[in-house]
Amino acid sequence: MWEAIRVTLLLAAVTTPLLLLLATPLAWWLAKGAGWVRDTVAAVVALPIVLPPTVLGFYLLIALGPHSPLMALLQPFGVRTLAFTFTGLVIGSLVYSLPFAVQPIRNAFEAMGPRPLEVAATLRASPWDAFWSVALPQARRGYVTAALLVFAHTIGEFGVVLMIGGAIPGQTEVVSIRIFQAVEQLNFAEAHLISGGLLAFSFVALMIMLVIDRRFGARSAGIRP
Amino acid sequence: MIQVDLSGMVGDLALSVRFEAGAGLTALMGPSGSGKTTLLRAIAGLERLSGRVQVGDAVWQAEDRFVPVQKRAVGYVFQEPSLFSHLSVEGNLDFALRRSPKTVDKGAIVDLLRIGALLPRQVARLSGGERQRVAMARALLSGPDLLLMDEPLSSLDQAARAEILPLIRDVAESVPVLYVSHDPLEVARLTQRVLYLHNGRLSERAAVTLDGLSQAEIEALALKALGS
Repeated sequence: MWEAIRVTLLLAAVTTPLLLLLATPLAWWLAKGAGWVRDTVAAVVALPIVLPPTVLGFYLLIALGPHSPLMALLQPFGVRTLAFTFTGLVIGSLVYSLPFAVQPIRNAFEAMGPRPLEVAATLRASPWDAFWSVALPQARRGYVTAALLVFAHTIGEFGVVLMIGGAIPGQTEVVSIRIFQAVEQLNFAEAHLISGGLLAFSFVALMIMLVIDRRFGARSAGIRP
Repeated sequence: MIQVDLSGMVGDLALSVRFEAGAGLTALMGPSGSGKTTLLRAIAGLERLSGRVQVGDAVWQAEDRFVPVQKRAVGYVFQEPSLFSHLSVEGNLDFALRRSPKTVDKGAIVDLLRIGALLPRQVARLSGGERQRVAMARALLSGPDLLLMDEPLSSLDQAARAEILPLIRDVAESVPVLYVSHDPLEVARLTQRVLYLHNGRLSERAAVTLDGLSQAEIEALALKALGS
């Protein structure tokens, strides 16, 4: 059980900052206009919300498996496959939780509007300077929401992780899979313990989000619980 | 000396404007939709019209160049006070001061706009008039050679307007100001130099002087100006 908790927390701790980094330019670009190219990209980013996790996991398994063209590119570096590895799990989590990072950050950038950046420009701030000194701090609520959602979502992952991780204890077995296996083995005590822990964790995460929402004013930026 | 020669399409409106302005405050008036704000934004470089903009010796825009906003010595006061909500009043002022290439006397500007007591306050706790005063101070702290003001009083109540109007006059003594307004009374209190923008073109008109006029006459003038 403790191994599974360790792997899960590590996965969430690695996925969250990586995904915030990845989602930032994407959310920025999506917030900066409309058009069919952006709509298409927005739809692809949102796919993991509606796609059954097993479908996503299946394609990721193919993509990260030894016969995929993607892995062929990595073979000169001694990487044959990323399926059933922790790295593969991280990649899967990044894809699976992408919309939960992009959406709140994008909303925050959109809620900010163009004015603060125009003001910054008239005060001699370059676009890069304005991004760091104005856009990021103004969107901080979106970032907190995104971080909490991604962290919580990664902790609760099941289908994707099962498909590409294969539940190897100590490496790719996470808590949600551990619960499933405990129930299969009729080990209800352990299933109760982990489930109760996840329930409490999820509740606390949502409470934190609500409090942050209140604190930072009325404007909504992000998915409300 | 400010020289502006700009033209272009703004929606359905063909804007074609050419004027020069010197020190002090020049008002830019005209009915809504006449392109006042677009013109101001184009002078700042926030929007692109074709033509030429020169302020002093600095050419901001010409056929072969378009200096980006952040490299223009321009101050801009927007219609609604656009302070950075993540910074305090002092933080907003320092944002401009840190990036200003000139040495600016912060204390003098803080005194000029009477915002000394507001410095530690959060932006959200300021009144509309206080915000606009801070926005003006912030624009001045960036060391502008030209200050553009886009109806800075229009979102304020009468008391706040009466309080800020003389401050704008004071500000215009140290930096040339181009002031957009649709309120003839407001403009009459500020300057004798008025440019009227109508159907995308400029016309200069005789200045309105309020001295010695009765309240009724002033109101009649205002109505006439609004009707045009």
